[in-house]
Amino acid sequence: MANSATAAPKVRSFPKVEFTDSEAGALEFPSSKSRTYNYFTPAKLRATVYEDVTVDVQPDPERHLSQGWIYGFGDGPGGYPQEWTAAKSSNWHAFLDPNEEWEQTIYRNNSAVVRQVALCLENAKRAGAYGNWNTAWQKFIASNLGAWMHAENGMALHVFTSIQRSGPTNMINTAVAVNAAHKMRFAQDLALFNLDLSESLDTFDGSVHKQVWASAEEWQPTRKVVEELTAVGDWAELLFGTNVVFEQLVGQLFRSELVMQIAAKNGDYITPTIVGTGEHDYSRDLGYTRALFRLLTRDEKFGESNRELFGRWLAKWVPPCLDAAHALQPIWSQPAEKTLTFADSLGATKEKFTQLLEEIGLDVPKELEK
Amino acid sequence: MSRQSLTKAHNKITELSWEPTFATPATRFGTDYTFEKAPKKDPLKQIMRSYFPMEEEKDNRVFGAMDGAIRGNMFRQVQQRWLEWQKLFLSIIPFPEISAARAMPMAIDAVPNPEIHNGLAVQMIDEVRHSTIQMNLKKLYMNNYIDPAGFDITEKAFANNYAGTIGRQFGEGFITGDAITAANIYLTVVAETAFTNTLFVAMPDEAAANGDYLLPTVFHSVQSDESRHISNGYSILLMALADERNRPLLERDLRYAWWNNHCVVDAAIGTFIEYGTKDRRKDRESYAEMWRRWIYDDYYRSYLLPLEKYGLVIPHDLVEEAWNRITNKFYVHRVAQFFATGWPVNYWRIDGMTDADFEWFEDKYPGWYNQFGKWWEAYNRLRYPGRNKPIAFEEVGYEYPHRCWTCMVPCLVREDLVVDKVDDQWRTYCSETCAWTDKVAFRPEYEGRETPNMGRLTGQREWETLHHDRDLADIVKDLGYVRDDGKTLIPQPHLDLDDPKKLWTLDDLRGIRFASPNVTLNEMTDSEREEWAAAYRANPNVTAA
Ligand SMILES: [Fe+2]
Ligand SMILES: [Fe+2]
Ligand SMILES: [Zn+2]
Repeated sequence: MANSATAAPKVRSFPKVEFTDSEAGALEFPSSKSRTYNYFTPAKLRATVYEDVTVDVQPDPERHLSQGWIYGFGDGPGGYPQEWTAAKSSNWHAFLDPNEEWEQTIYRNNSAVVRQVALCLENAKRAGAYGNWNTAWQKFIASNLGAWMHAENGMALHVFTSIQRSGPTNMINTAVAVNAAHKMRFAQDLALFNLDLSESLDTFDGSVHKQVWASAEEWQPTRKVVEELTAVGDWAELLFGTNVVFEQLVGQLFRSELVMQIAAKNGDYITPTIVGTGEHDYSRDLGYTRALFRLLTRDEKFGESNRELFGRWLAKWVPPCLDAAHALQPIWSQPAEKTLTFADSLGATKEKFTQLLEEIGLDVPKELEK
Repeated sequence: MSRQSLTKAHNKITELSWEPTFATPATRFGTDYTFEKAPKKDPLKQIMRSYFPMEEEKDNRVFGAMDGAIRGNMFRQVQQRWLEWQKLFLSIIPFPEISAARAMPMAIDAVPNPEIHNGLAVQMIDEVRHSTIQMNLKKLYMNNYIDPAGFDITEKAFANNYAGTIGRQFGEGFITGDAITAANIYLTVVAETAFTNTLFVAMPDEAAANGDYLLPTVFHSVQSDESRHISNGYSILLMALADERNRPLLERDLRYAWWNNHCVVDAAIGTFIEYGTKDRRKDRESYAEMWRRWIYDDYYRSYLLPLEKYGLVIPHDLVEEAWNRITNKFYVHRVAQFFATGWPVNYWRIDGMTDADFEWFEDKYPGWYNQFGKWWEAYNRLRYPGRNKPIAFEEVGYEYPHRCWTCMVPCLVREDLVVDKVDDQWRTYCSETCAWTDKVAFRPEYEGRETPNMGRLTGQREWETLHHDRDLADIVKDLGYVRDDGKTLIPQPHLDLDDPKKLWTLDDLRGIRFASPNVTLNEMTDSEREEWAAAYRANPNVTAA
């Protein structure tokens, strides 16, 4: 302050605003009306926002990229080589995500789920909803839903996050990245639900899930498949093995055909709301997966070889997934209220799986008949 | 959430990972770094439950501002000089953003500690956000700005243009080669921690001074995710430092990454800020002044230097040399002059410089006028078609530069030119460090040790080679830089759209032969080449009065 008397008065300085009349339509000249991205052909008459913000952002030497990829790996070409999967397409760019995921949909949809879950948990606490849970049900949720959240998290980080570096187009990779976001959110929601329960109920064991996942007999085949899936290098096989086979035969079996069906009968109306969000995500993610593999089985040039390839992938992944499913059988008898049998659940699961394979255009593998 | 319950939530989420016993995740992308001794670091974990609503709210503000800009007729006061450069910038930047997303599994694969995997996966989603929000902003410009040409061809132009290729390093560098070199040192420790401040803060601020307040709205929103990314990178860096064997690789990668970022980002952003603005107030910070503050003080002195105590060898010499290039060697000005020389093969228009600009440049960069003044006067004189060819093909005392094989910006600081035969080809480099990057760093062996995972420089790196000895009109037509009348060029060396006679067409380029400097270089005899190189270094490249 002492110097303020001698310092020059501070002159405020700011840029000048100038009227430039640089609005669309101010003048007419060549291209003055060229107001669409013109380097790709949209699927319909007009490009969607999704197409505009996604198509060709990841360049491709088969499209506009003229100088090729300017960095390579020590042992092979850089960029996004089509050879990173054994599946083949005459035009990978034909795949468009039916969910049209981009920045706005990601945050809108997931925030809506977050609000739904938060409201549900708040209401549950206020109503003392967990108080009605019998010991058997507490144990069921602590152990089994607790074990399952590991699978969700493993898929988030080591299946879907991994895949999105490897697909040959931006549309494929972005769809898979959003799948990863769903899985991560869902896994965390299950974990935080588990935390809520341990804080609300003295008798709820919030740490048993670790042992169950690591060593309980009924869960080991599931953990084994998840770990084996993450070890697959071929990105399309990884996506197929996970979303088409594992999620159908194990994920859906556990989430839809067990938890969703029996919770209410066991006095629990909270778990279905949370697990339902995972089911909702999965049906959305199955949407893009189905679209992608359908495109590949119907490919004029490579459809047949792709179907054969997917047949081999089915032969590889259906048996361990069925093993995992069968190993889970004992948990059907853990709740006090057993409202359905394992056979019922597995039957419904196989039916849905068969239908999915038909939609993709694949034969039902013989392993399923057993 | 209270701090206590936040800690509990973090711990709970940590319980989700496990040690696999049946099979371990595939290593798609290798690294020569080792993390066996890495300490368990537990960086900030993002809880998705708070993450999604937080980002949604940020988005709502961005989209609100977009609506407001249109309702408020923002484009009545936007400077065309500025917005034209956005055709280049916004064609490049969504690719580095999406590449950052794609780089995350590389870092996850390379670093075994599950504690940091969560943060990296969230960064992946952030980067999808950044890429698509920027594509959407560009679309708004295309729809509402007077001249959409160049925005309309954006991703194609990015993929077939020399400047797009320079920018592409700043994306391909994130996703290729050694996973730690790419996804940690190049992407996070250098690009995000040092250079996003000039990219996403300094440059958008200049946009506001030119009537465009949407760019700052979008990019400040993008930048607000960056501190999480920086802390991801810092955790991995500390883990890498825990193992002696990583030290030489860290030193190599910091040198490469620092220098390449400087070459590429300072070239582009420096040009946008210094040559895209109409704001010539003397107290407006120059790019050099911004650089001193954001990069030299905030990054070099406050972030890099303290890492010395952990044994990190810092490229002091290269930081000083970058500063030297920006100030004494006029790096940014030479780049801007090169962009303007090459205007016929651009997909944006470049405004000439006026007396007001000259005065400001001379004030901020003493000696500027003697080096560049007469050339910009010639640029203005030759800006309309009819009486002359484009400036690159007229005699104005400007010798077209050779391209740096590594950073692909031309060798503009002429006295620093390096010429060498590498992989059986004569190559030129803008600097010793770029020559070292190709000859020493990106190789399967480094200082006597095997580095099988290190990347390689590949591709048709000299853009001119693709178009060697062809007619300029055919080149531009094939590139697609032509307006919808089939003949008027998208690029123009001025901003006058009012009179069709002032607009260059394909006919004005017909008959001009285009040649690749590198092809020519490889046709020289040894003595011719030596003579040429000596002359190249000695030529001050100044337009005569
Ligand atoms: Fe980003
Ligand atoms: Fe980032
Ligand atoms: Zn260079």
